[in-house]
Parts: sequence; structure tokens; C-alpha cells
Amino acid sequence: MVIVGVGVVAPGGIGRKAFWDLISAGRTATRPISLFGASGFRSRIAAECDFDPLLEGLSPQEARRMDRAAQMAVVGAREAVADSGLDFEALPPERTTVSVGSAVGCTTGLEEEYVVLSDGGRRWLVDHTYGVPHLYGYMVPSTIATEVAWTVGAEGPVALVSTGCTSGLDAVGHAVEVIREGTADVALAGATDAPISPITVACFDAIKATSAKNDEPYSASRPFDRRRDGFVLGEGAAMFVLEEYEHARRRGAEPYAEVAGFANRSNAYHMTGLKPDGREMSEAIDAALRQARRAPGDVDHVNAHGSGTKQNDRHETAAFKRSLGRRAYEVPINSIKSMVGHSLGAIGSIEIAACALALRHQLVPPTANLHHADPECDLDYTPLVAREARLRTVLSVGSGFGGFQTAMVLTGDRS
Amino acid sequence: MITGLGVLAPTGRTVAEHWSSVLAGRSALAGITHFDASSYPARVAGTVAGFAAREQVPGRVVPQTDRWTHLGLAAAAQALDDAALDPAALPEYEMGVTTASSSGGTEFGQREIEALWRDGPGHVGAYQSIAWFYAATTGQISIRHGMRGPCGVLVTEQAGGLDAIGQARRLVRGGLRAVVTGGTDASLCPYGLVAQLSSGRLSTGTDPARAYAPFDVDAAGHVPGEGGGMLIVEEAEAATARAAAHRYGTVAGYAATFDPPPGSARPPALGRAITAALADAGLRPERIGAVFADAAAVPELDRQEAHAIAGVFGPYGVPVTAPKTMTGRLYAGGAALDLVTALLALRDGVIPPTSGVRHPVDELRLDLVRDGPRQADLEHVLVLGRGFGGFNAAVVLSR
Amino acid sequence: MPELTLEDLKRILRVAGGEDDPETLDGDILDVSFADLGYDSLAMLETVSRIEREFGTSLPDELVPDMPTPRVALDTINSRLRAAA
Repeated sequence: MVIVGVGVVAPGGIGRKAFWDLISAGRTATRPISLFGASGFRSRIAAECDFDPLLEGLSPQEARRMDRAAQMAVVGAREAVADSGLDFEALPPERTTVSVGSAVGCTTGLEEEYVVLSDGGRRWLVDHTYGVPHLYGYMVPSTIATEVAWTVGAEGPVALVSTGCTSGLDAVGHAVEVIREGTADVALAGATDAPISPITVACFDAIKATSAKNDEPYSASRPFDRRRDGFVLGEGAAMFVLEEYEHARRRGAEPYAEVAGFANRSNAYHMTGLKPDGREMSEAIDAALRQARRAPGDVDHVNAHGSGTKQNDRHETAAFKRSLGRRAYEVPINSIKSMVGHSLGAIGSIEIAACALALRHQLVPPTANLHHADPECDLDYTPLVAREARLRTVLSVGSGFGGFQTAMVLTGDRS
Repeated sequence: MITGLGVLAPTGRTVAEHWSSVLAGRSALAGITHFDASSYPARVAGTVAGFAAREQVPGRVVPQTDRWTHLGLAAAAQALDDAALDPAALPEYEMGVTTASSSGGTEFGQREIEALWRDGPGHVGAYQSIAWFYAATTGQISIRHGMRGPCGVLVTEQAGGLDAIGQARRLVRGGLRAVVTGGTDASLCPYGLVAQLSSGRLSTGTDPARAYAPFDVDAAGHVPGEGGGMLIVEEAEAATARAAAHRYGTVAGYAATFDPPPGSARPPALGRAITAALADAGLRPERIGAVFADAAAVPELDRQEAHAIAGVFGPYGVPVTAPKTMTGRLYAGGAALDLVTALLALRDGVIPPTSGVRHPVDELRLDLVRDGPRQADLEHVLVLGRGFGGFNAAVVLSR
Repeated sequence: MPELTLEDLKRILRVAGGEDDPETLDGDILDVSFADLGYDSLAMLETVSRIEREFGTSLPDELVPDMPTPRVALDTINSRLRAAA
């Protein structure tokens, strides 16, 4: 299964090109929160998208009925479809599947509406007469998948995959499985999240998971750095057109990459805590490599989860060592969360986009803000400057609340 | 092979209670008592009465999770117990959990958002980050039972339970020994109810006996409910090898389709989900002994569903029933509960009735099972689910 | 001047963290680790958060990881409450 179209809505710039320009240059898009008044919050930094739905081509009614997460997914989907060169109207709709990931769904819209219906939290018995017609569509995030399916008139299986912070990897993996079993020929798959909203910022404040370096917002996301103090919340979307390889080859498409391996495991340990040994992430990596028929020595680059919390970066480093052995010390690893923040369910797909573009450009984007080595994170995380490299096999991993651990192997040629 | 079942539903807090209520045609729909719903146009629901989380969920997990997860944990434990499956005895990476989710930890979320806006950001608790998101129940089940294989969450509203079991089947075919699947829902809090109201699909009927009447001339929407079911799907040979006490049936066929966008000239895709599921099962329509309908009770949707069923089975071609009329539509829990009910029907050779229907719409040409359960020698049954926004799913269960 | 007593702490722990066994917090638990009492990092964050709200104070981030037992918790929190008064 190959990726033939990529669409991205990311902090720092809308569109695939703006995204690649940002991360390949090692620029960061984290800044003081501007989407709402955040003065009373512990963490006041986020990686926001300068995203205006009308400017990005949505109609006024589309923009009104869709939550921001759905808006970004649709814009990303349209870019991916245009990029793919596929004419969806000429394809049998029942052979197109859609799989969209999201961790927190339409939280932004749900919270905005709640403030009105409850009159600022004063009424537990919220006032239904203020309910907007699409409020139910905010409560049930499957409507995001509905909107994406409508962009291409897909009539095959459609689903929203919601496995927390691995949603972005899991949704693409799910689509690949649906194509592989023969149910569909083409997929529109990816993920979105727009969590920069008071309730989500507050919930991470409560567990001190986000960075509180409010005086250094542009460099607050510091994966693998000794001075890291948590992740920076982000938003965005990345969508892909995936096609069965022969289907793509017959029409002369130029794929970005093949999704050669995908595996997920769970740590069954704790909803937020991670054991230092990284065992279950390592199992997922091993299984994904086996499926891709690649050995650790074949891995040319690792796109880490690299959220920038003390425990994650340590956990992940251990997982890489466990799975890749000596190769873990040789391969360029990075975390683009250092630049575009952690957009929860979306980031797994945004990172797949980074890998696909890395394969196309033969360039590993750096980990920004990495100035002080942490003895517990002693691998090569490609600090500060992008690195040219011969890339054929790329590994991307994710880890999330609930214990989910996912690994995906993307390859840039068919050997 | 499905080897274990667990239920927490308005019709019963165990599989046996639920089945006996449903066979007796005893609807559990009643006026909402969990909060004062008198100012809302919809005031009837199916509630899991008498559920004490502390009795079925570890005490330390209770404050960390929403009622939706309490119900899910309790149902999963019941199902594992029913299957006599001890997760500790299985290789940890060969067990997984895939649940359907719909609105997540709705009431927990409403309380936390209220605290934020009424009292300030510092009043949001440490558990909001793990209690409300759609993956919470899968995560908690995986942790409680030490299941380290692939775990997932699918959101397709009322179709979710069918898509989840379809995914469970994929996982077992891919080598997993056992999967906990199904779903629960608990969105009967003020914000949850009001959000559902905005869908335009809730019945405003105040008589619980008539408020949810699918395929009826007076069909005017559905009644919501909470709860759901969990099922243990095991690799068939492994189930045989350990002499599993229950072999309820297999997922012989599964298909999911999506309706065309509004304004399209193309027809709804439910009929195609039915034919694809039958083809997947390798069965002709006449082999199906009963259809457990989605039963939206919205006239246009009832017409679409009846048309799809008649299109495949012929007019009055197969017994159709909707025991969900006794529980309400349970969203993430709905299709899972339908699967449980359908498996019990297969086991006992009896099709449970549909309640609330007085005047079926003749033009729909459905052989609706009402006025009592119907004995039937069932080998295969079909379960349908349609999720808000265009999702269709169909599952063929075989004895 | 407000002070956090062991009874206060037990009460807040029960609400914040639940309990599997009603006898868990009975008896002399001053030097039993919170982990052994069954309270994980999230339960401790929730407990501290409720203490902050109840006593109208703000406690530093580093508190939770450095507070292994009820005795240490009471000492640390009460010295902060005294300093703030």
C-alpha cells in the first residue's frame, strides 16, 4: 500500500510545502497561546495553526457546521486528493475507504457551545434552546470522518479511529488493513485534532504534562534535551491518499512511500505512566519491522514520538535500544514535536507526512531546541540542523494515554 | 468464535436478566430520573438502574473514570468470566481489546468543563485527561486484564459495535488468541441529552410505552439509553482446545458501507452492506432466520431500512425485530448489545419481540416480530447498525 | 491558622483516589508509602489539587514526586501553609 497524496495543515504554515519548509529549516512554530485568553493557566504555550477556514476554501456553511478539527481534516484531505492525481469521481465509490484519527474529536466546538448553554458554567441543567443544530455532530466525533468521506463521496467502510495519541498512526494502519484484505482499492486516511481550548489545556495543566516555560515559548518544546519539562500542545491535520501498489503503478503514479509495516501493542501498565524499559513499544517496533521484512540494520531514520516529557523521551530511548541494538546509536532520530508541538491524535499522521517528505527529499528534519544532552537520552537525535541522508527505510513511532504503543515502517523503494 | 458475553443494560445487569426481560417484552424505558429533565422536550430514557460501580470496578479506578467506563469494565469482566478465560493464562501479546466509542466520558466531561468555567482552570482535576477521551474504556480494560496485544477504538456511532467486532475478527484472523470487543455508552447527563436533542432524532413522546416506535405510523424518533455489551472473540481452534464452555456463534460475515453525500443521486448504502455481509458469509438470503434491525424510528430512515431489507429478502421475506425498543438506542453500546441478544436468540431458537409498535406501516412490508417472542430454528441471523452521519454496518452471526 | 491533619489527608485521599478496601487507610499509615496504599501518581496529583483548593493555596509542581509518605506530605504541606500565612 503506497502513499500517493499528502495534505497537511500544521502550525507554521498551511499546506504540505509550508510544513516541509518549516521542519526542514528547523524553525519552530510554538508561541504564546492566542486562540483563547490563557492568562489563568499553568502552560500558556501552544503550536497553533494560522488557519482561517474560509481562506482555506471551506464554504460559510461548511465552516459553521464543522468543528475546527473537521475543518482542518477536510482542507488536508482536499490537498491530498489534488496531490494524488486520482479522479475520485471516476472510481467506484464503494471501493474507497476512509479512516480518520482523532484523540479529542470536536472538543473545541463542544466547549464553546457548552459555555453558552450553561451560561458560563452556571447551569448544570444546560439550556437546550441555545443548542445549535450541529451540536450532536460535535459530541460524536465520527462526524469528522463523515465530512472527510463527503469530500470524495466514499461509500466503502468509513470510521473514526480514536486511540489517543496514536490515533494518527492507527488510522492509517487501519486503512492499510482494509485495502490489504481486499475490501477497498483506495483510502483517504489521516488524522486531525484541534485541542487548543481551555478544557484541554487545563486537563494537561492538572497533571503537569505540558511545558510551563511560558517565558521561552518559541523554544519550549525540547524533546530529548536535559532541560525538557513537558510537551507543548499543538493542533493540525495530515491526510493521505493511499492506494494499492498495482493500482498506483498502472496509472503511473509516483508514490511518496510504501506503508510496509504497521503494528500496535499496549503497555497494560498505566493510563499515563510509562515504564523505563520501553518494552511494549519495542514489541510494536519489532513486529512492524518483521511485517516490512526489514532488519534493524536497514533502518535509515527514526521519527520518534519525542513528546518532550521526562518520562517519554527516556522510555522511547530504551525502546529504540531494545529493538535496534547497535543500530540505535547510528541512526538519525528526530522529534518534529520540537517544532510543531504535540497535536495529540493528529501528530501521528503529521509525522507520517514528515517521513514521506523526508523520503522524497532524502533529508532528515532536525530536532529543534536540543542544546543540552541528557545522559539518559544518549542517541543521535539530529540536533538543530537537518541532515542529508540516503533514506529508504524509515520508522515512525507513537505512544499515548491508555498505554497505546504503535510503530509504522515506511519504505521509499520496492526492494 | 464468541465464547463469552457480558451485559449492563436497562433491561438487566447480567446477560440472563437482560434476556429474560427482552423475551418477556418488558421495556425498561422510563422517565429520566438521573437529573431533572422536566424542562427538556425529551424526557424518557433507558437507564441501567441499580448499577453500583464500586461493586464491579476496582475502588481506585472509580473516581478516575466516567460511568461509561465503569459499565464497560463491568461488562468486560462479566464476559471474561462467562468465557472462563483467564488473561493471565494467555500470552500477553496475543490478547487485545477493541471497543466502540461514541461520546466518551460525557458526564465526567460536563462536570469538569463546568468546574473550569464556573470556578477557574485550577479546578479541573487530574483525571480529566484520562476519563473523557474516547479511548478510556479500551485503555482501562487492557490495563485491568493485562492485555498487551493490539488495542483499538472505533467511532461510528450506533454502527460501532458491529465495526468493532469486525475489527476483532480481523485481529483473530491475524493471529490474536482472544479479543475483548463490544461497547457501552452513558450520555444521559444534561449536556449529553441536549446534544442528542440537536440531532433532531430524539422522540419527544412522554409515554415510555409508545415513545420509541420504529416502523410505526407514529414513528417520531428514538429514545436514548445507556449501557451495552461486551463479547469475547476467540480463535476457533484455541476455543475448542481449551474446551470453552460456551460457543455462542461466529462472525460469519461482516461488511461496512457509507451513504453518499447529501444531494447525491446515488442510493443509501445499507442494502449493499447487507449483500456484502451475506457474500462474506457465503450465505444466500433464505438462510437468514432473523434480522435485528437498526430501527431508527425516523420515518425516512425506517423507509430506507425497510427498503434495503425487502430488497434483499423480499417483502415480508424474513422476520425482523428491534429489541432495542426496550432499552433505547445505546449508541456505542447499541450494536454490541444487539449482537449479544442475537447470539442468545441463536442459542435458544427464539426471536425476541419489538415493543412499542402498535400500527406498523404496511407499505414497509416487514414481518415485524411483535406481541411476544417467536420460536424459530435459527442457524444464521443478521444484525444491522446505522450510525449518525452515514455509517452502515451488517454482521451475520452463525450458530 | 489552617493545618492539614492526617484525618484531612485521609478524607481527601478517599475522595480523590477512591479505595479498594475500606480498611486501607485505617491504623498507622504515616510512614507507609502512597504507592503501597494503592495511590498512583494521578491520584496524588488529584489529592494535592484538592488540598490546594480546600486550603486556598498553591503548592509547587515538585511536591508530588518528593512526597512518598503521609508523614512527609503533612510536614511539607504544613510548612508551606505556615510560610504562606
